[in-house]
Amino acid sequence: MNILYDERVDGALPKVDKAALLAELQAQLPDLDILHRSEDLKPYECDGLSAYRTTPLLVVLPERIEQVETLLKLCHQRGVPVVARGAGTGLSGGALPLEQGILLVMARFNKILEVDPAGRFARVQPGVRNLAISQAAAPYELYYAPDPSSQIACSIGGNVAENAGGVHCLKYGLTVHNLLKVDILTVEGERMTLGSDALDSPGFDLLALFTGSEGMLGIVTEVTVKLLPKPQVAKVLLAAFDSVEKAGRAVGDIIAAGIIPGGLEMMDNLSIRAAEDFIHAGYPVDAEAILLCELDGVEADVHDDCARVSEVLKLAGATEVRLARDEAERVRFWAGRKNAFPAVGRISPDYYCMDGTIPRRELPGVLKGISDLSEQFGLRVANVFHAGDGNMHPLILFDANQPGELERAEDLGGKILELCVKVGGSITGEHGVGREKINQMCSQFNADELTLFHAVKAAFDPSGLLNPGKNIPTLHRCAEFGRMHIHNGQLPFPELERF
Amino acid sequence: MSVIANDASAQLLDQVNQALAANTPLRIQGSGSKSFLGRQADGVLLDTREHRGIVSYDPTELVVTVRAGTPLTELEAALDAAGQMLPCEPPHFAEGATVGGMIAAGLSGPRRPWSGSVRDFVLGSRVITGQGKHLRFGGEVMKNVAGYDLSRLMAGSFGCLGVLTEVSLKVLPKPRLCTSLRLEIDLDRALLKLAEWGQQPVPISAASHDGKALYLRLEGGEGSVNAARERIGGEDLDPGYWNELREQRLAFFADPRPLWRLSLPNNTPALGLPGDQLVDWAGAQRWLKSDADAVTIRGIAIEVGGHATCFTAGATSNPFQPLSAPLLRYHRQLKAALDPQGIFNPGRMYSEV
Ligand SMILES: Cc1cc2nc3c(=O)[nH]c(=O)nc-3n(C[C@H](O)[C@H](O)[C@H](O)COP(=O)(O)OP(=O)(O)OC[C@H]3O[C@@H](n4cnc5c(N)ncnc54)[C@H](O)[C@@H]3O)c2cc1C
Ligand SMILES: Cc1cc2nc3c(=O)[nH]c(=O)nc-3n(C[C@H](O)[C@H](O)[C@H](O)COP(=O)(O)OP(=O)(O)OC[C@H]3O[C@@H](n4cnc5c(N)ncnc54)[C@H](O)[C@@H]3O)c2cc1C
Repeated sequence: MNILYDERVDGALPKVDKAALLAELQAQLPDLDILHRSEDLKPYECDGLSAYRTTPLLVVLPERIEQVETLLKLCHQRGVPVVARGAGTGLSGGALPLEQGILLVMARFNKILEVDPAGRFARVQPGVRNLAISQAAAPYELYYAPDPSSQIACSIGGNVAENAGGVHCLKYGLTVHNLLKVDILTVEGERMTLGSDALDSPGFDLLALFTGSEGMLGIVTEVTVKLLPKPQVAKVLLAAFDSVEKAGRAVGDIIAAGIIPGGLEMMDNLSIRAAEDFIHAGYPVDAEAILLCELDGVEADVHDDCARVSEVLKLAGATEVRLARDEAERVRFWAGRKNAFPAVGRISPDYYCMDGTIPRRELPGVLKGISDLSEQFGLRVANVFHAGDGNMHPLILFDANQPGELERAEDLGGKILELCVKVGGSITGEHGVGREKINQMCSQFNADELTLFHAVKAAFDPSGLLNPGKNIPTLHRCAEFGRMHIHNGQLPFPELERF
Repeated sequence: MSVIANDASAQLLDQVNQALAANTPLRIQGSGSKSFLGRQADGVLLDTREHRGIVSYDPTELVVTVRAGTPLTELEAALDAAGQMLPCEPPHFAEGATVGGMIAAGLSGPRRPWSGSVRDFVLGSRVITGQGKHLRFGGEVMKNVAGYDLSRLMAGSFGCLGVLTEVSLKVLPKPRLCTSLRLEIDLDRALLKLAEWGQQPVPISAASHDGKALYLRLEGGEGSVNAARERIGGEDLDPGYWNELREQRLAFFADPRPLWRLSLPNNTPALGLPGDQLVDWAGAQRWLKSDADAVTIRGIAIEVGGHATCFTAGATSNPFQPLSAPLLRYHRQLKAALDPQGIFNPGRMYSEV
């Protein structure tokens, strides 16, 4: 079932008179950069989920918060939908535009406003790139911990909206754990501060609620993040296994030994080969699976932990355990993992990246299930896995030029996510629901839960103008999806009328 | 230790539905150990303690799922037996404190600035809502961004948004080595030192100052802890100090004047406060015993970017710091979304919520 906005099941959108809106924006905001010609709008048709495109009504590129404030007030008065966009690296179509809506690009807000080493925080504008924060903090031996693989490009505003993670989040947490304060503009263009400069703030924890809300509850205008001292040393162990099950069990063994690695990643044979061809990281290409285990902290502890983890890995049946000899080799080991997506991109015309999470103990069964599905759909699947926190990124290989393959890849992806839900996991660990997983939300949540989500949305945005259609499906969509997609002979939402 | 398990969620749901039908407010209570905190809520008592027990715990997954009425001591004993812990060190304040009360009160102990708060460890929850539905949010996995994060929102909401029946928490292994020390330096110097150490990989996991000396706890591997212990110096401290601090049993807390909690930004200098103070969280949390009025105390906290909560029942009509107008409006709208009839602990946090 198509994920593009469909007024029939996703709800009617306001009709907007483009020319009148443009004229009013130009009159009220004469210095605002507005794109309105179709050739200028084209680059903004999609985010990182490039299979889906919609031309926005208008694109605005503000440089001052006051412009955003005025814009939102105007859109609120006129009932114009607004879709926020950061750097557009999102993989779930969160920043996918609407034909009847304005795309509000926050990327020009790229200033680091303050780095306070003694207070261990940085105050930045929402368009600042994730990596730029750590670079600005580096002279003080501090850094911002969440490190999505897209960190050279993605914006901190987008990270807040997606609650982005990274390879180090088992130990250092997700975006939500590393924020102090977020300034937002509400749909009405009112300024509000969530969180504070202190470690907590009075009232409900709206900062936690807002983090990961995908641009549905407000527009991020400023972010204050926590900075951490850089670990003194980081060492990486690479362990090879002759079966993915053994590698999966080894992960549990490391944690049972009381060790929380800075990063713990797993790759299967197809990913290992693709990465090795691309990066020459020195991976053992005949291994069925490898684990990369990074241990960081104070030198003496890291030294001890390396010895402990090596022992655990060998006991778990690793065929080889290698400690990166020097910083250059450590960087190479990681480069292979961090470039796994583009590496897979080289061996297949297209790939589709999934983002399910599972309880780690379910890994062997889920990998088996994925390989069965892969055979059934006739499409190869490469697995890279944030093994420490149970976040899988199966990459489905396909060729969009072959008729029907994209649809097949999507169906296969949907099945993989349902498998994750079945074993107690989630359809998305860090990439968000956006439009991409809007149908699978119907598998993870029941009608009452979805209804409550809509109520939360309405508490912030009663007229539904912020990023309409994302994150939470309508019950109509779920009913329709259910009709086309019967699980185990059971219709989801049997109580609902079918459309 | 035997853990009593009993699923009483059906009874809890019944009681909520009856309250909805009769339109009468409920006063949600675990053991009532934190009833001194916040405003008094009127309503029929809803006692969660029959709904108890650990639902699932697999130490290698670092996740425990537990019913809300479970005594915190039972949960902690089960974790301890597996060499794990709740890193946020929630205070008990009384024998029977429950897991639900711990989440709803959202209070964290001395490790909080380094480990994270109660909400940081919440992964999922089951909640009875003001629509009379028993719903599930989040889950038992470390990462989950499907839908809005209602589980973390429940932390610190004092039962004003629903009845928490079950919660999944991230847990962590206990550190291999832990040592505590007392260093006789004044507060100004201690805060400077803490700011300096905060920028270095020094394995501090608790830091308090009582006006006379700095109290520090170091946690981690043998190498880092021993090196830091040597470098910082001072004399050995009985680690029981941290429990006494967390449970507010130090002599400081016996002072009859009202108790205030100031939550302040990192690196806030020593403040001249109208009363006696005890510094925790490396300066980010300061306890104050004072007869000064709320406006005066809050004025000082706000001036430096923080806020103040009164921890003594009846000392002020607004124990929680009042919200800005837009924030209050969104609090009310959110409350109306989750509890449209306003039956859960009405007025417990704010008279308008
Ligand atoms: C190669 C690659 C690797 C990736 N690796 C990871 C990874 O390891 N971990 C991970 O978590 N993600 C990863 N991602 C996904 C993506 O980078 C993240 O989701 C990122 O947080 C998106 O940031 P952005 O600035 O590009 O946001 P966009 O894609 O522009 O927007 C994402 C969402 O945020 C909203 N938004 C953006 N800015 C604002 C704002 N100022 N106010 C309100 N809402 C806003 C949008 O409406 C949209 O819903 C990866 C992506 C790619 C392409
Ligand atoms: C500094 C300090 C000192 C204290 N000193 C003492 C003391 O000396 N003696 C003493 O007896 N107590 C003391 N307390 C009380 C302590 O009040 C806490 O109440 C306790 O940790 C909470 O556990 P509980 O089960 O008793 O929660 P309760 O006190 O029962 O509940 C706390 C809050 O959570 C809500 N709640 C509880 N369960 C749920 C649920 N399942 N779903 C939704 N909401 C729920 C309640 O409505 C209430 O708002 C002190 C507290 C503090 C902060």
